[in-house]
Amino acid sequence: MPELVILSGKGGTGKTSVTAAFAALAVPVTLADCDVDAADLHLVAAPETTETHEFRSGWHAVLDQTLCRQCGRCIASCRFDAIHRDRTRYRQLHIDPFACEGCGVCEFVCRMGAISMEEPIRGFWYRSVTRFGPMFHAQLHPGAENSGKLVTLLRRKARQAAEQPNGLLLTDGPPGVGCAAIATLTGADHVLFVTEPTATGLHDLKRAERLAAGFRIPGSVLINKADLSPEMSRSIAEYAGQAGLHLLGEVPFDAAFARAQAAGQTILEYGRSPGADALRVAWSRLQRLLSAKTRTPFRIVKNM
Amino acid sequence: MRIGVASGKGGTGKTLLATSLAYILAEARPVQYVDCDVEEPNGRIFLKPRITRSEDVRVDVPVIDGEACALCGECAEFCRFGALAAMGEKVLLFPELCHSCGGCALVCPNDAIRMGRRSIGKVEVGRSGKVGFVEGRLNVGEPMAAPVIYATLEAADEESLVIVDAPPGTSCALIAAIRACDYVLLVTEPTPFGLHDLRLTLEVVAALGLRAGVVVNREGLGDLEVEPLCAEAGVPILARIPFDRRIAEVYATGDSVTDALPDVRSILSDLACAVLQESSCRNS
Repeated sequence: MPELVILSGKGGTGKTSVTAAFAALAVPVTLADCDVDAADLHLVAAPETTETHEFRSGWHAVLDQTLCRQCGRCIASCRFDAIHRDRTRYRQLHIDPFACEGCGVCEFVCRMGAISMEEPIRGFWYRSVTRFGPMFHAQLHPGAENSGKLVTLLRRKARQAAEQPNGLLLTDGPPGVGCAAIATLTGADHVLFVTEPTATGLHDLKRAERLAAGFRIPGSVLINKADLSPEMSRSIAEYAGQAGLHLLGEVPFDAAFARAQAAGQTILEYGRSPGADALRVAWSRLQRLLSAKTRTPFRIVKNM
Repeated sequence: MRIGVASGKGGTGKTLLATSLAYILAEARPVQYVDCDVEEPNGRIFLKPRITRSEDVRVDVPVIDGEACALCGECAEFCRFGALAAMGEKVLLFPELCHSCGGCALVCPNDAIRMGRRSIGKVEVGRSGKVGFVEGRLNVGEPMAAPVIYATLEAADEESLVIVDAPPGTSCALIAAIRACDYVLLVTEPTPFGLHDLRLTLEVVAALGLRAGVVVNREGLGDLEVEPLCAEAGVPILARIPFDRRIAEVYATGDSVTDALPDVRSILSDLACAVLQESSCRNS
């Protein structure tokens, strides 16, 4: 059961639209939406949820005002500036849930036993059925931490489901290179970078590629909206060659992507369009890469 | 005054907007552009600043004195992040998991732990014409963006009008970037993905008690109406930027859209005025 992870570095290059299009071509497939703090794949995949689970992770300090003597030891020990004294005459202490990292130092230093640690609900994760196959997705509460842990959980559940004959696991990743991107990449079989021919697209692709190279995960590149700048598209193709990434091809800018999205469809289901044709070609190339099972040779990682 | 530019969904035009506003506003007052999208900092590509100062962002990590350590394992038991593990002859440290809380040093009964420093990113300060420039950059392979974001904001010049380019998403990194802002500009596009993520970002902004305005970018690319959502949240729409292939083409090269396209510049100038007005009327 190979896992194909779709990443980009830069946001808005078309990761989710490409994931959805490939899902339509790969049926039956298992889907995982790992962009957990701005998940969008469900808007096209239209999942029917069969299981809903709470996601609890990390800790929060909770202060019991009836026990607190306002001594301030916790304020002095907190490295996250998460505890403040209010300006009323009671001088009560308050813990800022957005700043609290849940380390437990305040609980440890408090002599009154007024602080306890709770494991809050950070969001929900779902197992669903879609027209493409099973789907695992989540909703992190706005502003919540631990998106990396939620990603790891989702991928584990999706892998378990995909162990059954349903072939491929297709994972839609988050932008960036931080904890969520790292959690999405580790142990994947292949990473597809969806990029765009812009100076920012290339800059961010290089950083994401370096992350994947650190994990020795073979990768390929798809240039979306390629005709917006043929010159930048050439630079990206050149870079892909240097970095040892397979170039899957170019997808032209196509308003059909937005129209399909508005209709709740993948661009492939929306009818014929230049974008859909290009994605079909890219998919057949990708399939050959995935079935070849050969790992790309060791790549030299340059600092940037 | 600190104005954040955020979006939820990536690629809606945050950096384009933040750098353009910085250019326009810098004509009449000191302005600093502060790039807090530390996982993928891109403002530099458009502003092409001259860097005058560069500093590592260092975070605390425990350093264990092997001789003093009795391998009791209390540090590992205390650490809620799994960054320490007492294994046989040694206490192992996983530095990427450490949140620098200092708890391990506090609980060690043998005083065997002191806090050392390790670099996880960089903050660079410079200038591009009239616009001051600060950029935070997370090292590739490091998971934790928030400490770099805080270090970046600390390097900002509070005498200037500070424009904060925030990271995408709605999690802790976004909070770190915008929580100390006086006003937040939310950039969206009128597509199902854009609107869905705008709704989430509006929830974050409301939870933080921040005032905000919305910019609809690429109007015409999708035809969803943004107004009902904004009205429901009580947030005004400050500008609508039409979908225009020319903008995409200028952006692709890393050139300044305000220089290349006068008609777009006039929309952005109006937006700059609206932002100044909205952000300074504190009682709305």
